[in-house]
Amino acid sequence: MIAIVDYGMGNQHSVLNALRYLGVEAAVTADPDKVCRADRVILPGVGAFGAAMENLNRSGLRAAMNEAVLQRGRPFLGICLGMQLVAARGTEKGLFEGLGWIDGEVRLMAPTDPEIKLPHVGWNDIVIERNLPLFQGLKKERAFYFVHSYASCPQDPAHVAASCEYGGSFVAVVYRDNIFATQFHPEKSQKNGLTILENFAEWEGGPC
Amino acid sequence: MLKQRIIPSLLLKDGRMVKGKNFGNFRDVGDPVTAAKVYNAQKVDELMFLDICPTAQSREQVREIIQAAACECFMPLTVGGGVRMVEDVRHLLTIGADKVAMNSAAVRTPELIRDAAELFGDQCVVVSVDYRLNQAGRRTVWIDSATLDTGLDPLEHVKRCVALGAGEILLTSIDQEGTLEGYDFDYLDEVARAVKVPVIASGGAGRLEDFYRALTTTKVSAVSAASIFHFTDQSPIKARFFLSNSGVNVRV
Repeated sequence: MIAIVDYGMGNQHSVLNALRYLGVEAAVTADPDKVCRADRVILPGVGAFGAAMENLNRSGLRAAMNEAVLQRGRPFLGICLGMQLVAARGTEKGLFEGLGWIDGEVRLMAPTDPEIKLPHVGWNDIVIERNLPLFQGLKKERAFYFVHSYASCPQDPAHVAASCEYGGSFVAVVYRDNIFATQFHPEKSQKNGLTILENFAEWEGGPC
Repeated sequence: MLKQRIIPSLLLKDGRMVKGKNFGNFRDVGDPVTAAKVYNAQKVDELMFLDICPTAQSREQVREIIQAAACECFMPLTVGGGVRMVEDVRHLLTIGADKVAMNSAAVRTPELIRDAAELFGDQCVVVSVDYRLNQAGRRTVWIDSATLDTGLDPLEHVKRCVALGAGEILLTSIDQEGTLEGYDFDYLDEVARAVKVPVIASGGAGRLEDFYRALTTTKVSAVSAASIFHFTDQSPIKARFFLSNSGVNVRV
């Protein structure tokens, strides 16, 4: 069973809809026990970094995810804000401690061209930097749907699994061991996104 | 590089999909869930559902439509119409909307923009602005399904909404809407240049060249359209191929 973590920040049901469509067993839950016992964990989310961490800390979901992902090695998928939260620090509307699973910071995007719009909204192509089982079967056009103003900046370049271009390069996917997290929304990226979700349902962690 | 978007819009009235001209003379153009499925099969970039005549009953119908669409359409869905309170925004996000469009409320209770942006993130707050040219040759913002002239200058209104936290602007010319005569290109460009957030062109697309012109000669980030897909033989697929062959960066 895949636990989709519900911490009051967004579109858990869109992720559930996509997994159901794929025939993958999953449930949206706010119960730390269920998250702890899950085979896999998905942390979706939209909204602000600080408020999200506060919810995760207060609800006991942070501790539950730490146990499932770090101690029990369960495969983890972070999406959008859920990807940013795996970083050590967030800088959106103040300085906040993140889950700290991948060292680095989340910063406001700074496109080189001042005419470039923020938020970064729409379909953009990713460049795969690390060959992971999660990318298998993608179409030649690797367009995914993004909507965000902040981006993750991992300390160690080895944690960058894919990048993307928007007035400069930014990190589209981070990866470490059993942790995989995307800035884009696979649940909103049609066929390409469904491919990644389907791969995640089979993934046991680790590279190809 | 970020691709430019083509967004079909589905206008809803009493649970049906309708289309009119200049916000009047609405014709029934079919079942919205069926239309959403067809657009999904055509792999459109996003979909926009706007309830043009919100009532207690239509609210329930919209809920059913969005829930049904969200089970099969794995793309961003924007929903608008009758959004008055933070709870309305939460409700729409919960049932499967990714972004919520506010129109009259952005004029009457602009603090709703700020509250929703703080709670749910500015990426999900779309402010929809309908405007028309008056006899003095000045553009003003109209609300309540284009029945009430607020006298507000659209550009000033847009700037204020962005300052409050709007993440995207849907800008509709009432004069052009449904005419198939082309967008209000120059004005779209003026507004898109003046704000940091993406502006979506709306109202008047009748030929594929209108998309091309909006996406290549103005600063808009996306084009939305309805009549061209309902009343001409053009489809989002044809639009994408036309634009792609013309050198515009769209999904293929």
